[in-house]
Amino acid sequence: MSSRDARLARAAPFSQDKVVAAADVTALLEAVLTPGDRVCIEGDNQKQADYLARALARCSSEKVHGLHMVQSGIVLPEHLDVFDRGIATRLDCSYSAPQGARIARMLRTRRIQLGSLHTYLELFARYFIDLTPNVALIAAVSADSAGNLYTGPNTEDTPTIVEAVAFKGGVVIAQVNELVAQVPRVDIPGDRVHFVTRSPQPFYVEPLFTRDPAGITETQILMAMLAIKGIYAPYGVRRLNHGIGFDTAAIELLLPTYADALGLKGSVCTHWAVNPHPTLIPAIEAGWVKQIHCFGSEVGMEDYMAARPQIFFTGVGGTLRSNRALCQIAGLYACDLFIGSTLQMDLQGNSSTVTRTRIAGFGGAPNMGSDARGRRHASEAWLKAGAESRAAQSNALPRGRKLVVQIVESFGESMEPAFVERLEAVEIAEELGLPIPPVMIYGDDVTHIITENGIANLLLCRSPEEREQAIRGVAGYTEVGRQRDRRVFQQLRERGVVRLPEDLDIDPLDADRTMLAAGSIRDLVRGSGGLYRPPARFRNY
Amino acid sequence: MQTLHFSYRAASRLPGKRAQALVGVVASGDLEVLLQRTPQSTDCMVTVSTAVRGFDAVWEAVLADFVERRAPGGLRISINDGGARPDVVALRLTQGVRLMGDDA
Repeated sequence: MSSRDARLARAAPFSQDKVVAAADVTALLEAVLTPGDRVCIEGDNQKQADYLARALARCSSEKVHGLHMVQSGIVLPEHLDVFDRGIATRLDCSYSAPQGARIARMLRTRRIQLGSLHTYLELFARYFIDLTPNVALIAAVSADSAGNLYTGPNTEDTPTIVEAVAFKGGVVIAQVNELVAQVPRVDIPGDRVHFVTRSPQPFYVEPLFTRDPAGITETQILMAMLAIKGIYAPYGVRRLNHGIGFDTAAIELLLPTYADALGLKGSVCTHWAVNPHPTLIPAIEAGWVKQIHCFGSEVGMEDYMAARPQIFFTGVGGTLRSNRALCQIAGLYACDLFIGSTLQMDLQGNSSTVTRTRIAGFGGAPNMGSDARGRRHASEAWLKAGAESRAAQSNALPRGRKLVVQIVESFGESMEPAFVERLEAVEIAEELGLPIPPVMIYGDDVTHIITENGIANLLLCRSPEEREQAIRGVAGYTEVGRQRDRRVFQQLRERGVVRLPEDLDIDPLDADRTMLAAGSIRDLVRGSGGLYRPPARFRNY
Repeated sequence: MQTLHFSYRAASRLPGKRAQALVGVVASGDLEVLLQRTPQSTDCMVTVSTAVRGFDAVWEAVLADFVERRAPGGLRISINDGGARPDVVALRLTQGVRLMGDDA
């Protein structure tokens, strides 16, 4: 009898065909799992198999212990409770921002044995090589009696997890919001699903990608103007990925206004690997955007996306089909630019979101924010960036470069400087004995840094010293910035390595909130023709 | 609350006839800047009231750059700080100088 057959036989008393009563899920898990199993609880920065996570945390640690958790996100308290209770001991994951403080404490006290912190794509890859889970606990909107699953717009990681587990002798257990006679669309075929349970509450989804335009500052608008005029326009960036900050939301809201006045419509920002940011609505409605592929969905955007099938990937019934693994690949290989923010950057451009008290993991940013060395197709933006970086090598073959842009205000929350001599991530790595410091974006992948002070073009730097001075040059009034060499700074400015707003003919006093295509969530709703339905916490009008 | 005093000699007197201007608000992360014209000299006197301690050197650097770039001679500037970051301080000062330069 195979391991899977044995697991299914032990679980038989708790299920009727494939259906398990919610109250029996913990008993089912105790029957299916064996000590030391590799287990994936589905959950990333958006959707969560939260009922199954709670059920696992309620297991008896006599029966279930020593599990090795291999999952995208450490997001819910129960994801760490299993370590406190001894049910699990070992962890490999990608993203842990909401539990960043607790995970840092538990690593220090050796409550968790950490394998590695991964990017999403990297962890998915290991599911097929050396970290294949024995049991997966996943989430879907509905199931039929054969176990066919409909995920709704939040398909996200589900197909990837199921692929690894179902075809390598593992057991797939799904929580669903409802059991139906026929699912509206088969996202996961039933023969890959062994048990389904109807959870008492619908699975949780975090609206992580909603930025209220009312929160965008004049400084962020200035930085967005710098990005559009200083990078998007000269490189002709058509295919891109945006991070989730207010600064990138400002860029999205300046496309139909500021970028339109610059005559850029049609020549920048046409194809996207990005979640359905509500702040993209004005640009979509103004005809800027040709196509968007999504990692996941965004709460409230469902009806709007269903009404725009020419822009989004949708299935029968109009619902979005997202896919995290495929969108990460799209961001890595088919986009010419990544732009995102960070917490700390050192003088060579290495950046990290890990601080002494918080370990946030990586998510997908390092996949998008890195040069894909295996890329073999050319585009205008890619070739121009490559030419700049190779200008000093006379006999180099033509080759392109991904544009990796860090957009960051020189001072962050509570006046913490974003620019530092040494990343806290380096100290953390030494303290916890990690083989490498948790760096989000490596300096040698970064091509540009935008701050409220200007743009540093690292492609044009010819030595580590120049790179350091270029970074100091945009580091404003931080200690790092105040220590810049004024003579070298002027030379770098003359060569266009550092460009201030006036060098781009941008007047900081023009950075005004009236330039935003939407000033509030209400404006976004209106711009969508009432199709965008923001979650309650954003309905402040 | 602490009060910091700075005084500079600017390259020239700020042109324009306006006697005073007020920009910004005392809100978290923002600041209120009152600019008043003083007779004759090219001096620029700045007073900062702030509850945030330990950033004297940053104020000094922001204000010195501002005086060098905008030549705000003949101004007395009073700042009520609400914990603004340097970029916001520089922006409000520049907005204030532009208002003072208007002939309206």
